[in-house]
Amino acid sequence: MINIKINKTLHGANGDMNLDVVFDIKEGDFVALSGKSGSGKTTLLRILAGLEESNAVISVGDTIWQDKNTNLAVQKRSIGFAFQDYALFDNMTIEKNLLFVANDKKLAEKLLNITELTELKERYPSRLSGGQKQRVSIARALMKRPKILLLDEPLSALDSTMRTKLQSEILTLHKEFQTTTIMVSHDPSEMYRLANRVIILENGKIINDGSPKKVLLKTKGSQKFSFEGELLEIKKVDVIFIAIVAIGQQLVEIVISQDEVKNLQVGDRVNVSTKAFHPIIN
Amino acid sequence: MNFDPFILSFKLAALTAFILFCISLPLAWYLSQTKSRAKPFLEAITALPIVLPPSVLGFYTLWALSYNSPIGAFFEDTFGVKLVFSFTGLVVASCFYSLPFMVQPLQNGFESINKNMLEASYIAGKSKLQTIFAVALPNMKPAVMTAIIVTFAHTVGEFGVVLMVGGSIPGETKVASVAIYEMVETMDYTAAHIYSALMIAISFVVLLSVYLFNARQNRRFGL
Repeated sequence: MINIKINKTLHGANGDMNLDVVFDIKEGDFVALSGKSGSGKTTLLRILAGLEESNAVISVGDTIWQDKNTNLAVQKRSIGFAFQDYALFDNMTIEKNLLFVANDKKLAEKLLNITELTELKERYPSRLSGGQKQRVSIARALMKRPKILLLDEPLSALDSTMRTKLQSEILTLHKEFQTTTIMVSHDPSEMYRLANRVIILENGKIINDGSPKKVLLKTKGSQKFSFEGELLEIKKVDVIFIAIVAIGQQLVEIVISQDEVKNLQVGDRVNVSTKAFHPIIN
Repeated sequence: MNFDPFILSFKLAALTAFILFCISLPLAWYLSQTKSRAKPFLEAITALPIVLPPSVLGFYTLWALSYNSPIGAFFEDTFGVKLVFSFTGLVVASCFYSLPFMVQPLQNGFESINKNMLEASYIAGKSKLQTIFAVALPNMKPAVMTAIIVTFAHTVGEFGVVLMVGGSIPGETKVASVAIYEMVETMDYTAAHIYSALMIAISFVVLLSVYLFNARQNRRFGL
């Protein structure tokens, strides 16, 4: 069991904010951490890693990492960390990046194999694509066989095909190395695919915590379909009104009544839902 | 033609660059990482030799190294080393004189390194020292090169401080710049021409090599 209790005042762009969270994680869990930017997600990861000072009580299994009397240095914590900007050592080849963490050739070979980097191992980071760099970064994070793997929006800079591919690699690695993984993400489908628990932060507090199904599925009551989107435009066509809503990457047209128009403004976040509906998926 | 003053100049510059590199590395690292309020003060002190007239620097160094000051007295009484009008004194004075030329490029270099890269090294279990030598320095080669070469060149080019602290003892403190000054004074223009032309040529080659090296490094890292 990993017990985490953190209290820290953050000086952000929107004034001071108190990061105040208490939660436990079962070992082997894959936790997705989400919330608006500035809600304290990255800071939380950095505190766990020991990169940021804080009033925290962190214990991992029987080991206390941090409390009133102890504060394990970042070097002593069993942590792997993948940064959003990869942060590879530019002066070392891919293989050396891994071996710098731990001089374990067999493990490096295995990780390079899983992440399909074996043929690129002699290359320097400047000659890799974004997806390849992030693979190296995740592989490097696992070279210490860490108890906790922290991923800070690892896939947010990648295109969707690459993202899907890396998601399955991350899942493979998480299972293979039996780490506890905490991943910051904004992508609901990504969280749903990978995590078995989702925590939502807002203004430094946990506002939602549970299974991905419970936290992420937006349908309430008897609705069958429900999508959240942004209202882009309301058009009047003859006697009806048509709203253009952006849902994810798609734009849809929805017929709305005059009464509904009164309560809506362009730019609103809206839910589009329907009941008694027999969809066809093809 | 006697080239001793040149040899002395280069010996002084090489020694100064070496000593300053060792001193400046921890100082520049500290300045690049600290959020302390003392930082601007330390930076201002470090930069002083750039703006001070060499005579001011020379005067204080001369005073501090002489037997009249505790420092000078300590060195002479304990080690029997006379610091003024000696090569050792020149090295000490040059270290003050050229300090900013070593610290500033190194500090800029450390500051240009992606912080996450350093943190990745700490997470990998590496100490600060290991991180500096294995990660930071190899990723800022142009800055290191600039720091060392410019310090070297600046020390070769110093004149006022050297004259005040060292005087002009042949083979001991008579460096190239002082020698040229004396040649002009004694109206030995031929020798002054040769020395000065040599000085320009060497300085140019040194600086050119820095810029060529940096351009090649930047191309390699795709900057």
